[in-house]
Amino acid sequence: MSSVDISSGAVNDRGTFIARVVFFSCALVTVLTTFGIIAVLVAGSIPFFRAVSIFEFFTGTEWSPIIRPRSYGVLPLIWGTMIIVVGSAAIALPVGVLTAIYLSEYADGRVRRVLKPTLEILAGVPTIVYGFFAISFITPQIQRVFPETGTFNALAGAIVVGIMIIPMVSSLSEDAMSAVPDPLRNAGYGLGATKFEVSTQVVLPAALSGILASFVLAISRAIGETMAVTLAAGMQPNITFNPLSEIQTMTAYMVQVGISDVSVGSIGYQSLFAVGLTLFVMTLAMNVASQFIRARYREVYE
Amino acid sequence: MATDTDAFDGFDVNGDLDRKRLYGRLFVGVCFLSTLVGVVALVLLIADLVYESWGWLSLQFLTHPPSYFPENYLPGGRGAGIYPALVGSIFLIILTAVFTVFLGVGAAIYLEEYAPDNRTTRFIEANIANLAGVPSIVYGLLGLAIFVRGAGLGSSLLAGALTLTLLILPIVIVAAQEAIRAVPSSQRQAAYGVGATKWEVTRDVVLPAALPGIMTGTILSLSRAIGETAPILMIGAATSMFTIPDSIFGPFGAMPMQVFEWATQPQAEFQHIAAAGSVVLLTVLLVMNGTAILIRNRYDTR
Repeated sequence: MSSVDISSGAVNDRGTFIARVVFFSCALVTVLTTFGIIAVLVAGSIPFFRAVSIFEFFTGTEWSPIIRPRSYGVLPLIWGTMIIVVGSAAIALPVGVLTAIYLSEYADGRVRRVLKPTLEILAGVPTIVYGFFAISFITPQIQRVFPETGTFNALAGAIVVGIMIIPMVSSLSEDAMSAVPDPLRNAGYGLGATKFEVSTQVVLPAALSGILASFVLAISRAIGETMAVTLAAGMQPNITFNPLSEIQTMTAYMVQVGISDVSVGSIGYQSLFAVGLTLFVMTLAMNVASQFIRARYREVYE
Repeated sequence: MATDTDAFDGFDVNGDLDRKRLYGRLFVGVCFLSTLVGVVALVLLIADLVYESWGWLSLQFLTHPPSYFPENYLPGGRGAGIYPALVGSIFLIILTAVFTVFLGVGAAIYLEEYAPDNRTTRFIEANIANLAGVPSIVYGLLGLAIFVRGAGLGSSLLAGALTLTLLILPIVIVAAQEAIRAVPSSQRQAAYGVGATKWEVTRDVVLPAALPGIMTGTILSLSRAIGETAPILMIGAATSMFTIPDSIFGPFGAMPMQVFEWATQPQAEFQHIAAAGSVVLLTVLLVMNGTAILIRNRYDTR
């Protein structure tokens, strides 16, 4: 920096002191939010885990906390979430990375100016609208091919969540590829490589940490996705390998309790927090993993 | 530079150049087709909404409360629509805007202008990054426990706005930080040089210069909040409201909740009404995003 920093010599008056305290309090709200989330989820889960053993919760294969005969195995909900994650990742990860390669390495300025805003619009569509799109368009198309498919099915949920997270993968991956310096590409060309070889053997490996981080973030988003999967995939906890059957994700169960009039203090209400805590821990682990990947494997260029 | 040269076994320079060119062309084709997946999905989504809502969307849809009878929604019917949810959503967003602008800008100013470079600051920054990855439905549980039950606000407009504030706060802070960082340091130094205190520099130099960027970021975040369903569903927002909210402590409806309610009705006609509601929701979003882009373009050319 060419200029000299003289701000440390500024007068420390009362206005500055008050401003510092007020602004610090604003920043503190974010920390309190995190503690609030953890406290609410843990405190809300304690009564649940007094009634239900943690062992039963994580190993039971029947989930029916509201309707008798009651059972409290969360595995069907986790299974449902995993079907959505695997299905949506199978769509969004390859499509997102190939989109990023096209935008970063091949598309000229004019094409980019059209494509990038389009993907941003896709990212901005509310999830409830995606859910409606799934039941009004995607499911009928699936039923054309597999007529026995019901109104609610895991496949439609996975497809629509896959579409939703494409922009996340493509924009974060493109950022990572754009950060690869041109001399690296030119070195490849100098060795006689074709553009295809430079893209796949120079740029892709160099941007790998950013791409992997975008994968993990997208998967985290798919785990927490709520309204689209509730509308598309249904409300039936189910451990199944059939993507055409109805399932229930952790988030869809929370919606089910949210719209029903389960009384406060009942085991159904308490289960909301136990499932919420499970969901929170899973997404937190993914987010931390994504930051770790980016920090640990990042290539730093001068 | 830390490229992993050990694993790289060189380019295939002896290969047939025509074959490599063919691979290259195929690869570009695959990348381009992948890019089209997102574009086609968006076109299909909009086409589906327009097709489904055709003939159901009229001016009276905007000015009437919902009805249990689908025929009332048709033009020439008794009149039914999205009015209370539309007004509810607008109230909700205005209230959320008041809280987020204050908290978000305050926190951003603290982090950019006042915070010392120490462990506490780094913790706050890392925490904000993590909060952005927490699923929105978890914020709904937080709002339910803290605002609805803890503070006794009930399922009110205020509880909804506070919950959405916490949800979008991390995004607003990051956007505001970028806007503040873009203010040239020389402007601050010039103000210090004529004897301004730190608070005066913040108020008279940094904030006015960063305002357009802050407003753009805030409006974009608010447009995310207006489409959110899961958090306000968890705090108990009404699925169908027939009147507009009469106070910030009263119950409220919101557009995404109303679309959810319509989309889950068994009668097939309600699918058209859900589509009409989605079109209204997307239009409001478009207006908000358009405003944000206008502000950005208007002040970007200084």
